[in-house]
Amino acid sequence: MKRSRRSFLKLAGTAVALSMVPLKLLADFVRPKEAMAATDFDGVFASLGNAQDSDKIMLETPDIAENGAVVPVAVTSSIAGTSKIYIVVEKNPNPLAAAFMIPEGSEAFVQTRVKVAQTCPIYAVVEAGGKLYKTGRETKVTLGGCGG
Amino acid sequence: MKRREFVQMLGLGVAAGMSLPLLSGCSRKSNAAAAGGLYELPRFGNVHFMHMTDAHAQLMPIYYREPSINIGVHGARNQPPHLVGEALLKSSGLPANSRIAHALTYLDFNAAAAQYGRVGGFAHLATLVKQVRASRPGSLLLDGGDLWQGSATSLWTKGQDMVDASKALGIDIMTGHWEFTLGADRVMEIIENDLNGHIEFLAQNVKDFDFGDAIFASHTIREMNGVPVAIIGQAFPYTPIANPGHFTPGWTFGIQERELQETIDKVRKQGAQVVVLLSHNGADVDIKLASRLSGLDAIMGGHTHDAIPQAIQVKNSGGGLTLVTNAGSNGKFLGVLDFDVQGGKIKQWHYHLLPVFADLLPADPEMSALIDRVRAPYLDKLNTTLATTEGLLYRRGNFNGSFDQLIVDALMESKDAEIAFSPGFRWGTSLLPGDRITLEDLMSQVAITYPQTTLNEFTGERIKFILEDVADNLFNPDPYYQQGGDMVRVGGLDYTINPTAGSGNRISDMTLNGKPVEASKTYKVAGWAPVAEGVEGEPIWDVVGNWLSSKKTVPLLEPKQPRIVGLQDNLGLV
Repeated sequence: MKRSRRSFLKLAGTAVALSMVPLKLLADFVRPKEAMAATDFDGVFASLGNAQDSDKIMLETPDIAENGAVVPVAVTSSIAGTSKIYIVVEKNPNPLAAAFMIPEGSEAFVQTRVKVAQTCPIYAVVEAGGKLYKTGRETKVTLGGCGG
Repeated sequence: MKRREFVQMLGLGVAAGMSLPLLSGCSRKSNAAAAGGLYELPRFGNVHFMHMTDAHAQLMPIYYREPSINIGVHGARNQPPHLVGEALLKSSGLPANSRIAHALTYLDFNAAAAQYGRVGGFAHLATLVKQVRASRPGSLLLDGGDLWQGSATSLWTKGQDMVDASKALGIDIMTGHWEFTLGADRVMEIIENDLNGHIEFLAQNVKDFDFGDAIFASHTIREMNGVPVAIIGQAFPYTPIANPGHFTPGWTFGIQERELQETIDKVRKQGAQVVVLLSHNGADVDIKLASRLSGLDAIMGGHTHDAIPQAIQVKNSGGGLTLVTNAGSNGKFLGVLDFDVQGGKIKQWHYHLLPVFADLLPADPEMSALIDRVRAPYLDKLNTTLATTEGLLYRRGNFNGSFDQLIVDALMESKDAEIAFSPGFRWGTSLLPGDRITLEDLMSQVAITYPQTTLNEFTGERIKFILEDVADNLFNPDPYYQQGGDMVRVGGLDYTINPTAGSGNRISDMTLNGKPVEASKTYKVAGWAPVAEGVEGEPIWDVVGNWLSSKKTVPLLEPKQPRIVGLQDNLGLV
């Protein structure tokens, strides 16, 4: 077990947090405010625009969430010219959970944690060349127990 | 052994010894070879795996009634393991009213159990393992997990009795599930101290939640009779969901298909000629997983406690075949998978699922002595008689068994509750009519590290939500969304279930004492085994133990079953 690495990073985290203030300013430029505020799935896409299904997006989510409050999501896009990646949790009160800007020349891979309020599909939405593409997978949120 | 029994066992050997179509053309030596006797399987091939799983800490021989309800829906309908009773026997060409029929089914259970005696027991299993090992030099003994939990002594010794017994048995490699309910620290302590140099604990799908670092070794490569073989471990993917997550803080599980394929590719590159996944996924998940991977020769699985007499052949994503085997539970079976590997390729394979009948296999003296030593300090407690049962007590099946009925009856009466819930565990041994119920027998149903009983006020709406949630874990069309437990056991409440309906729509007509359950009304609901941390409550064994002592005799119990609708010609249901 590599427990030491975690304690080290806890200390390091403090330093990182201090350096993150300017990032907040940057976030305001990227943040799709209207889509973020949308309270249903259709509202998100009404704001972002329609997305077509794509098999060039690899979305990794757990089949069953271990903890609905911190569900790991990883997205890899192999669509040329990927400039943004969004994560949409269909049945959340605000379905658009995250937006990432992918600067030209960087690997189109993001990984984060999102809250998932109840069992529903999670979508990765990719913007490339001014068009939107998406793929989805269901993540189940269960009460737990009774197993085995 | 009687001649008829021998012929019956031979039948199993023939049924199990099917060869891969692609690899046919070799003689089926093992069928003829089974002629040596019930447990004499002359060597076949040069790569040999013995497989046991879900022993649930049953060191002593026991009775274990296989299910009369094991429903498969959608793709799993009427497919193994979702066949019960006559249908199971018919699908495998096995004779009814036989020793093997008793091992695999619930049919005429009381009479057959009296006739054929107890099953399992580590001293008897040890004798069988030694016999198989003697005929198959270099063979490996794999354990699929749920080895350290399920009995009084394993709970009281924090798994130490099972750790010592499994080292003595000669287990080479294992993975886990209920092991983790001893807590991460205890698991690591056992692995680092006791297992070190004896048993490799493998789990490719357990990682640090923050960084994704592996917690355990993912695989091992061993050379067996000149053939490099790889074994990859797969722990129960939903451990922190089905069981309390607080026992393994900071660890994440899951199925992890992509990483698993990477591991298979890696061991192949390193020269492995046979690649086996030792899995605690459950049969349905393993069958799906097998179809989505390539380069894997076999998944030897457990968790769902299915005793599947034959290896299931699954077409994998690489166009080849992957075998899926499941070896039952409670030390009742030993699976033996033989491969004949020539020139780096598997030419043929044979699989046998051997039932462990205590009366036919003499106890191994060393293992007997070890078990006696382990039990000695606790004998008085273990043998305390709580009551006598007039009927068969068992648990396994999709819905309430009679032992669960006893538990929910005790909970409702002791807690003055209208409704009781008991988890759909698949472990829990059986008692025959007239048997004493000792503390040890009770503990075999309830020995867990989160035994608190609870009393809650739930609305009718909440109760329906709970039933729907558990039903989806059992009947979701996609096995990856199933957790592998049976349906929550319910006392007091009647309901209708349609296993083929969609999520949230399977449960209807909930009634209590003949009156409809109202969505907004609150009901007193007793339960046990909370997954949340810090719940207080009297342990379940005290509640049920005191109740049993007050009754002295338990009459024949008819386990309450829901009305099951929406199934036609389903062979997982009698």
